[in-house]
Amino acid sequence: MLHTFVAIVEDKPGVLTRVASLFRRLNVNIVSLTVGSSERPGISRMTIVADASPTAGHRIMASLYKLENVLEVDDIGQYASVSRELALIKVAATPKTRSHIFELAEVFRARIVDLAPESLMIEITGVESKIEGLIQVLNESEDRILEISRTGRMVMRRGQHTSRVLDAMRVPAGDAENETATDPEPGIAEEADLPQ
Amino acid sequence: MSEAKFAGARLTGAEILWATLEGEGVREVFGYPGGAILPAYDALRKFPIRHILVRHEQGAVHMADGYARALGKIGVAVATSGPGATNMVTGIATAMMDSIPLLCITGQVSSKVLGSDAFQEIDITGITLPVTKHNYVVTRAEDLAPALREAILVAKSGRPGPVLVDITKDAQQGSAIYDFAAAAPRPHRPHPMLRAEAESILKAAELIRAAKRPIIFAGHGMIQSGAREQVLALAERLQIPVASTLLGLGGFPASHPLSLGMMGMHGEAWVNHAIQQSDLLIACGMRFDDRVTGSLPTYAPNAKKIHIEIDPAEINKNVKVDVALIGDLAEVLEILLPHLAPRSGGESPWLREVYAMKGECAVRDIQNLPDNGHLYAAHVMNDLWHATSGKAIVVTDVGQHQMWEAQYYKHEEPRTLITSGGLGTMGFALPAAIGAKVACPEKEVWVVAGDGGFQMTAAELSTIAQENLDLNIAVINNGYLGMVRQWQEFFYDKNYESSPILSPDYVKLAEAHGIPGVAVRTRAEVLPAVNAARQRKGPFLINFLVEKEDSVYPMIAAGSALHEMIRRPDSNPLIETAEDR
Ligand SMILES: Cc1ncc(C[n+]2csc(CCOP(=O)(O)OP(=O)(O)O)c2C)c(N)n1
Ligand SMILES: [Mg+2]
Repeated sequence: MLHTFVAIVEDKPGVLTRVASLFRRLNVNIVSLTVGSSERPGISRMTIVADASPTAGHRIMASLYKLENVLEVDDIGQYASVSRELALIKVAATPKTRSHIFELAEVFRARIVDLAPESLMIEITGVESKIEGLIQVLNESEDRILEISRTGRMVMRRGQHTSRVLDAMRVPAGDAENETATDPEPGIAEEADLPQ
Repeated sequence: MSEAKFAGARLTGAEILWATLEGEGVREVFGYPGGAILPAYDALRKFPIRHILVRHEQGAVHMADGYARALGKIGVAVATSGPGATNMVTGIATAMMDSIPLLCITGQVSSKVLGSDAFQEIDITGITLPVTKHNYVVTRAEDLAPALREAILVAKSGRPGPVLVDITKDAQQGSAIYDFAAAAPRPHRPHPMLRAEAESILKAAELIRAAKRPIIFAGHGMIQSGAREQVLALAERLQIPVASTLLGLGGFPASHPLSLGMMGMHGEAWVNHAIQQSDLLIACGMRFDDRVTGSLPTYAPNAKKIHIEIDPAEINKNVKVDVALIGDLAEVLEILLPHLAPRSGGESPWLREVYAMKGECAVRDIQNLPDNGHLYAAHVMNDLWHATSGKAIVVTDVGQHQMWEAQYYKHEEPRTLITSGGLGTMGFALPAAIGAKVACPEKEVWVVAGDGGFQMTAAELSTIAQENLDLNIAVINNGYLGMVRQWQEFFYDKNYESSPILSPDYVKLAEAHGIPGVAVRTRAEVLPAVNAARQRKGPFLINFLVEKEDSVYPMIAAGSALHEMIRRPDSNPLIETAEDR
């Protein structure tokens, strides 16, 4: 099963290695990992998608917390959240074959960001299933995909959310979980984006 | 000179290193010099820190480890870059697996050439990343004091562990204003998953009150947390028997009527049977290692489980528990105990049952077999225990002798059994005992090592001689890598491939270091030799030539349930001693 963690970490050399090494040590495969800056200076945000048994979430999270450079960890899977991925897809296309790719891009709300005599580049953002949908359609229509670059999943919890660290320190056990009860169903907005 | 005198002065990085360690209370370090750490060695004599020169950097780390285990304080080891640093790795991994607070200092090539494959440059922080709790590279003198102070805090706090600080040569040679107080680390952030859980405490109390056949597990955490008083209170108040893990031995006094002894792969039969038949396990500071549980699906099938543990990552890792109480053991028990009323009435039927199982097992005990003139390692352990009243610090190596020690030396006090549990590192005993003796010079310290493991780090005999340490060394010489031979006997058709091992004459070897010694071949000679060693001020070695093909019983084969033990056969075939060969 896929687990999605958000880790707030110190922006220092070697921190990525420490996090990646932990997953290797636990013999858990990382499906995707994105890192970038967060709202706080000197602090980075990672989204880690890992394939592990359904019960592994607790251990992974507890182990991440044992890394000195990791400040907060959130196991997003259990909460309503927004998930996005960006992909760049280069497809072989001549002036003759372009037009149906333009159509496809429109249906998928993707954009054409580069046009060359023999190829074009599509930029698409969305949940993984949407990106995979486009790739599948391209493959089925016998367009030759030349290159794909995907960022991997980025997630953020919906609504007002204080970090789990603050939960642990301020909110009595139990209350922290309640905040999700009123959340809208996960992924609704995303579904509306999808082509039918 | 004292670190306080330096406050506010401009010092070299090398001086800052020692001043900071002195400020942190470090008085002994174990190390070995070399090019990249020479500036530090050059400054050492200005500080009241004793340096014990080792013979191999692995030994330095084991010594720091033995020091930490014996004293409950952080141990410090120092090495140069490259091979000095890589030699430390086994020692660091040993400490990591057993949660021992260590500070390992390594020299590193100058920051200007980092990454250029300079002479003796090695990426030691990369290499030790998975076997340290945390590690640091320091390239500037001004960063040294904060890094070292934080490293020490990290090593000691929460679940302890080894931390490595790699210091470039230019950081040692550069200078900075030294300010110990200003370098104080931020207060250590508690693991955010540590939550005070009133509900869980109540649930645990309920389970304990309802239990008819409870057992307390005393793990290493009991010793590290200093929770003897609380665990004693829990056991005595409710008349609950206590089983120990290997690293927990000594935590709960062995002579206490509620003490069962060691559990697990070579645990006593009555302990493992009691676990399998219990209805509640109260695990105190332990991690359900595979050597303790045997096959998991059949483990304590009817028992509810309460797990009191400081490391949240251990919860439900191997054994699914019903209640987890995360935190320092002593603190958690202080909260739990007021919820538990003393048990009234006499001995519970459960205790009577456990004691009966114990009686049955004693009949098979090798101590009760008629004397056949042969010397068993178990005899040595038993007599050593008697002679020292169970009060000595015993530092064991890894193998059969380690298990016999655990079975037959009854430890009364915490920190009196020092052994490599998690990693099972052969060669640990001799250096770790040096560390223990340096930590506790007034205590009697015994090395108990096999003929295999002793030869792995025997070079440290020379360190003992140089420091003239009053150490007693017992080599349990069975002419075999005994534990390997035992597995070959049980599981590989007695194909003793590469397990017979030749030894030098250990008495002569000791004498070559100016250390006296004797060889012992019969049981009658055991006590006189032990007493000779005890009486001598200074090191002494005894070469115990024991039964060659004896095995440790009971034994749980890999994949078997805890109650499916291989027991000592009724008639033990007599085998020649190593000397008869
Ligand atoms: C460094 C290391 N290498 C190999 C092993 C595997 N091993 C475990 S016990 C053992 C035999 C130990 O022999 P000895 O030191 O003579 O002790 P004995 O079992 O005979 O008491 C071996 C080889 C180990 N634990 N550590
Ligand atoms: Mg041996």
